[in-house]
Amino acid sequence: MRLIKSISDWLDERLQIGEVIKETAEHSVPRETASWFYVFGSAAFVVFMLQIVTGIMLAFIYVPSAGEAWNSLQTLNHQVALGWFIRALHGWGSDFMVAIVLIHMVQVFLFGAYKYPRELTWIVGVFFLIVTLGMAFTGQVLRFDQDAYWGLGIGASIASRVPVIGPLIVNLMLGGPIIAGATLSRFFALHVFVVPGLLIAFVSVHLLMVIKLGINEWPMPGRVVRKATYLKEYHELTKKDGIPFVPGAVWKDLFFGGFILLSIAACALYFGPFGPSGPPDPTIIQTAPRPDFFFLWLYAVLSFLPPSMETPALLIGPVVGILALLLLPFVFGEGEKSWRRRPVAVLTILFVAVVLGTFTRLAEHTPWSPVMDAWSGIPIPSEFLHHRTALERQGALVFQVKQCHNCHSLDNQGGKRGPTLDAVAVRLTPDQLIRQVIQGGGNMPAYGKNLSPAETTALVAFLETLHPPGQSPARDAARAITLGSDTAAPASGHP
Amino acid sequence: MTLPNALTRRALLMKLGILFNGFIALVLAVPIVRYLLSPISREKKGAYDAWVALGNLEQFPSGQTRLATYRNPVVNAWDGDTGDIPCWVRNVDGQNFQVFAINCAHLGCPVRWFPQSSLFMCPCHGGAYYQDGSRASGPPERGLFEYHYKIDGGKLLIKASEMPTPGQASNIVREIRPCV
Repeated sequence: MRLIKSISDWLDERLQIGEVIKETAEHSVPRETASWFYVFGSAAFVVFMLQIVTGIMLAFIYVPSAGEAWNSLQTLNHQVALGWFIRALHGWGSDFMVAIVLIHMVQVFLFGAYKYPRELTWIVGVFFLIVTLGMAFTGQVLRFDQDAYWGLGIGASIASRVPVIGPLIVNLMLGGPIIAGATLSRFFALHVFVVPGLLIAFVSVHLLMVIKLGINEWPMPGRVVRKATYLKEYHELTKKDGIPFVPGAVWKDLFFGGFILLSIAACALYFGPFGPSGPPDPTIIQTAPRPDFFFLWLYAVLSFLPPSMETPALLIGPVVGILALLLLPFVFGEGEKSWRRRPVAVLTILFVAVVLGTFTRLAEHTPWSPVMDAWSGIPIPSEFLHHRTALERQGALVFQVKQCHNCHSLDNQGGKRGPTLDAVAVRLTPDQLIRQVIQGGGNMPAYGKNLSPAETTALVAFLETLHPPGQSPARDAARAITLGSDTAAPASGHP
Repeated sequence: MTLPNALTRRALLMKLGILFNGFIALVLAVPIVRYLLSPISREKKGAYDAWVALGNLEQFPSGQTRLATYRNPVVNAWDGDTGDIPCWVRNVDGQNFQVFAINCAHLGCPVRWFPQSSLFMCPCHGGAYYQDGSRASGPPERGLFEYHYKIDGGKLLIKASEMPTPGQASNIVREIRPCV
């Protein structure tokens, strides 16, 4: 013990840093901030450290070359002792980091911590969130597999829509005319040097301000922030009812940080590393690329936007979102901090959470994507074929062969791109069915050129059978009058 | 000690020193920016306008649409499989061809050809195109990207080097409008 003391004394005589550390550690914080609500910032920092360590370890093996990256990941997964575990830690660490940064942001927002004098702390935090998402995206690219390859294509397609300079941005982003070796090299440089450098810079400034300005006090309803008086009030609070950060508050940070690390390790152990999926060979087109978890919501948004809205929404949406976050502390720099007195803030969080959650959930099911092999891989449920005429069964065959099943479901099987057809006969009369099939419309391709009259007749005969047992199919009441005959028989003609 | 507003020799030298370093930084910035912009300035100019062979005409029977692949003319030795680019070749009538980029005009995912329904379908967001490449349904704003082609010595050649994106279709024949 004496030896340690003498060594540390020797060091500090030269470093002159002990006093600063002691002062920083023991600075007084308001008593109520020693709370389990105040642990997310430090937890994000802990995960960031884990990412740095595991990232460096991965770089020992990983080869940032388009021809070799995928193989080196296979080597990491299967040949290097516990390489899979380090990959899994890094992958799960990335998901946890984004999640914790978001939770931290929500907590800070609800506790009004962005108000005077902590505006800049919030702004740096917003940049921190952006670069954290940047790390998540560039990291996904380094897992140079099919999803990464086509994900880059999606990124390039979005970037290309920027007016005038879009194509130049694409070339800069890809490092050339196509997604290839140069693309991976520059994303490697971004993920390993540039963005982490920014992260370290932002973390440092962010932490410095937290220490210099003091942690945000527990918001009390009625305790209003005013620029003229706040600093004095805060100072009095920490003096009157303060405790030293170490050990008063830090033990909760330590426990929570440790718990998060343990959770990451548990996920890594149980679920294993992410991919890689198929090799990044663009000639393998039997693939349905999907982004990583935290970009799934965007994937969903992109499928729901009407075509004319897409480019403006993609280019203006993020700018508006980021601007709103940056302007928040300037517009609402004073006033109530407590969430009990800020119903709009609480509703905003709930709204954003529900929207993002819904889109993420949708993107896990991708109802907008055709099920590319439904026509050959998913049979028509047998109850739709029982007691059917030869013509109707022929129609069922047309339904499969012409890939209708890729977009339309029967009994919840098949694509969800178009409406489910379980009861289509109730909605559309035979004539309407024929017109819809032949002409398309309402986001359905026209099949007029690809169906013979016989096929159309059979298909519509089959579709006419799709109605609940107790409900009769739709019919055109005027038809009987105009044609002078009853038209209970299935449609037989061609328009 | 000097008067606050007086410009001393040392203060002047410091300002000159800062100016000098600023000048050097500017001089160094020129090659650095030039280096960073190299993907835009396109050193290998010739390769960007190269004709690439997709194969003999017999590989593309009349009336059918087949997948073809080519090695991108602008590649590096370490590009691996990423330099092999697929495309769809449609032999319209034995005389005329259409060569479509694999990338969906929405967000660049690989479209797949379904000969039974004569449709191209995209697995990402469900864009669909007719056999002539025109938009059939879904989020794409336009039809498939189409390459210039020519027939030379019994081979089908296309002009390709760049991944087509909605904002960039420089090496693309024309925008295919949906047939109304």
